[in-house]
Amino acid sequence: MSHGFHDLLGIESLTAAQIEFLLDQSVPFQQFNAQPLKKLATLRGKTVALAFFEPSTRTRISFGTAAARLGADTQNLQAEASSLRKGESLLDTVRTLDAMKPDLIVMRHSSSGAPHLVAGRLAIPVINAGDGTHEHPTQALLDALTIRDRRGRDRKGRLDGLRVTIVGDILHSRVARSNLHLLSKFDAQFTLCGPPMWVPAQLESLVPRVQREPRLERALEGADVVLVLRVQQERLHEPPLPPDEYVLGYQLTPERLRRARPDAIVLHPGPMVRGMEIHPEVADGPQSCVLEQVTNGLAVRMALLFLMIVGGRTEEAAATASP
Amino acid sequence: MRVVEKSQLMSATEIDRTLQRLAHEIAEKTGGAKDVGLVGIRRRGVPLADRLAKVMRSLGGAEVPVGALDITLYRDDLSTIAPQPVVHSSDIPFPVDGKVLVLVDDVLFTGRTIRAAMNGLFDLGRPRRVQLCVLIDRGHRELPIEAAFVGRHVQTSDREIIEVRLNEIDQQERVMLVERQD
Repeated sequence: MSHGFHDLLGIESLTAAQIEFLLDQSVPFQQFNAQPLKKLATLRGKTVALAFFEPSTRTRISFGTAAARLGADTQNLQAEASSLRKGESLLDTVRTLDAMKPDLIVMRHSSSGAPHLVAGRLAIPVINAGDGTHEHPTQALLDALTIRDRRGRDRKGRLDGLRVTIVGDILHSRVARSNLHLLSKFDAQFTLCGPPMWVPAQLESLVPRVQREPRLERALEGADVVLVLRVQQERLHEPPLPPDEYVLGYQLTPERLRRARPDAIVLHPGPMVRGMEIHPEVADGPQSCVLEQVTNGLAVRMALLFLMIVGGRTEEAAATASP
Repeated sequence: MRVVEKSQLMSATEIDRTLQRLAHEIAEKTGGAKDVGLVGIRRRGVPLADRLAKVMRSLGGAEVPVGALDITLYRDDLSTIAPQPVVHSSDIPFPVDGKVLVLVDDVLFTGRTIRAAMNGLFDLGRPRRVQLCVLIDRGHRELPIEAAFVGRHVQTSDREIIEVRLNEIDQQERVMLVERQD
């Protein structure tokens, strides 16, 4: 078994077996991250380019730390500081990065499909760290790893057939989209809940077994997993929605969470807006996995960097290698 | 690449007898197995370490802790081995600080695996001493590494491969000498 891809642009094109392989490969790195000494030389001399054309703190630090722990160096490109402001095109910018001979590019961009465009032009592997409203594959992988861990390592089929409730601005959420793709490959049933303009009917045809439920109390009924999305303040103006109306209708409160299964887990991709989409008591409660998600993100990204850089060599190199 | 079986180097009985002797030697040389931990190198070093520990326990010594070490992330030949490396978990369920550790592997060849294993061990702590136990030493060292406990020395050519087959992994129990035919 191998990961079997050159670029990681989305979850949609992966198989359940590939996903399980990636999650299994993350486990040794989870253990490694619990060691007192967290520095490997495995990717010494390799370089990971972090090309973030959209502001990001958490994901960028996670990838940067993952690279550092594997012994790789990083090249940082942030949109604010880059020559994009000077009118250079996306492709010119990544070609410039590529000319410095990195071994892999991690890329975030506000336009859906931008990493696909870049991956088609460069020989080195590309990881999509979030593109517009399309996909955020590493987030879905770390969420799946978190679900799997919480449901117990020995429980058979621990990702299979979950009841998943997603709450918030699903239309604009690449996290929701990647999670829908991933968990649907394991036969999840989804209930989507949020203000109607953010939960359009078209989402029901994205993956099988999706229903919409405007009332959060009912949407949470029997859920194994509750994925709470961040409310992007800027989106509240199009069309206008008063924040207190959102809180009233869609905030995950302790009372509402009781409608879900008692062992239901709460995921949030961060950064959380406490008191907005999530009640502080839920955010800090025993069902919340927000910090595990961060820890697991590091392991998933280490596994991907390792597999894609070391396993991403040309077939010629493998053929001439000694056994 | 084709491989041809040339001869059997050890039967199941011979493997067992060799492990008995090695366990005695380890217990003796480490002063009754106090503070000793065995660390099997994945994959075939792990069942060998388990078996050695079992014998050492039966000798009346203290409980000998056993761990398993995966060296994939420490290899120096990641760019030349199989196109798709797979990482496995290491599982060392005891603190290595101050311990006398005996690394266990099936075959000692170039010494590079052992070099990688030592790097992995030192990421876990600071053992007092590290020794090496192998079932077969086939020569051809590329690094200054020797085993303190050797089951059998075997002279081999470059083209020959030693295959240790163990019930736990291979559903058969013997050591074979095979040869590559290009």
